[in-house]
Amino acid sequence: MDFFYVLMPIAGVNIFWPGLIILGVGVGIIGGFFGMGGAWMVTPGLNILGFPMAFAIGTDIAHMAGKSLISTMRHGKFGNVDYKLGLIMLVGTVVGFEVGAQMVMWLERIGQVEKYVRILYLVLLSIIAWTVFADISKKKRKDRETKAAGKEVDALSTGIEWHKTLHKIKIPPMITFKQAHLTCTAWLPIFISFATGWLAGILGIGGGLIRMPALIYFIGCPTHVAVGTDLFEVMISGLYGTATYTYKGRTELVAAMIMLCGAAVGAQMGTVATKYIKGYGIRIAFGLAVIGCAVSILLKMMAKWFPAHGGVFDGTATVLILGLVAAMSFYIGISMIMGARAEIAAKKAKIAAAK
Amino acid sequence: MCKWWSKLMGLVIMVSLLLPEMVLAAGPKAAPLVIVADTRKFTGWEAWWTNLYNESHLYFALLTIAIIPLVGLMFGLIADVVMNRIGIDLRHRDLAEH
Repeated sequence: MDFFYVLMPIAGVNIFWPGLIILGVGVGIIGGFFGMGGAWMVTPGLNILGFPMAFAIGTDIAHMAGKSLISTMRHGKFGNVDYKLGLIMLVGTVVGFEVGAQMVMWLERIGQVEKYVRILYLVLLSIIAWTVFADISKKKRKDRETKAAGKEVDALSTGIEWHKTLHKIKIPPMITFKQAHLTCTAWLPIFISFATGWLAGILGIGGGLIRMPALIYFIGCPTHVAVGTDLFEVMISGLYGTATYTYKGRTELVAAMIMLCGAAVGAQMGTVATKYIKGYGIRIAFGLAVIGCAVSILLKMMAKWFPAHGGVFDGTATVLILGLVAAMSFYIGISMIMGARAEIAAKKAKIAAAK
Repeated sequence: MCKWWSKLMGLVIMVSLLLPEMVLAAGPKAAPLVIVADTRKFTGWEAWWTNLYNESHLYFALLTIAIIPLVGLMFGLIADVVMNRIGIDLRHRDLAEH
């Protein structure tokens, strides 16, 4: 059984390497599909495999940078990345993140940080989940009404359209984002990215979970472009995070490389799956992932409230997160394989018909 | 417009470099502990790697930063070839709704 374990040169721990590959595949699929880094899934997974927490975070970021690069390349080829929007948002994200981190310092001084952060995280996830499902239900209602009126349902119809109201703000400079098919004031993405960066800084997360819905509902990006543009941001900030964590000596490159082997395959599958799943399909899956994440946070909070049963709650939260990763990866992977099979079959049929 | 873009790019690079606190990750900041890797357990490239870690975190970080995107790029290109051979169209996506 020694074959399945590898001694990590820096962390000095023996790690079950197939576990790293499986984790990489799972989080690669989810990251490529939803456009997020997925630190909230990987860090507990690495911790379970035996990494000390400090190394788990650094290693996670290092593999995330490589994985996001692969996904961004692929999304870029599909035309899903608006680089101009991504760069503008990067400014707001960085500044907002720093302001959020300073606020956490202030909360730490008054000794309330953990309580407020967890509550804020939970409230935020609930709002995101509510928004996603309210959007889906509104779209369905609109489509039903269109059908009842005897008209044809528009394939591009949407539910919540807050971005239309925000696009009425005409403060110069006005910018056109070609890939995202929208024109708005430059201040809108700057403000939205500042807000999402600020929240990410307070919560101590990468922010993909918040940025992706913000790009859809406030900026007005099509779902696929929101996913691709978000990954572009994750890639840049992931590289920066890798530099700082590695400089502090908290990155295990061997583990990151092993994970990247799995994540490379997963990221491809997740990204290509966006080709076969409609934007609203992505939104439904994303909403479910957010609910799972919120429940796991609630369980972690309950572990603090009821210390006698802390182990049970903590264990359940970890099982829930890893179960969620497995279920989502399975759904996305199957969708990708079925979509690819249908595409290849259609191509073959076309060639046969031409002959 | 080109000037505006170069200004924006400069600002992005400057902000990214001047704000070292911006780290993308969940969890708490790393504690200021000095970790020393045990080089006695390794030979070959692993021994070299652990020695590099012990001697200079800067070179270790620079090499990591170079390796990660390179490997990512390599895997991406390999996947391109594989998927093209399978017959998946990697350049077009039919439906692009909001």
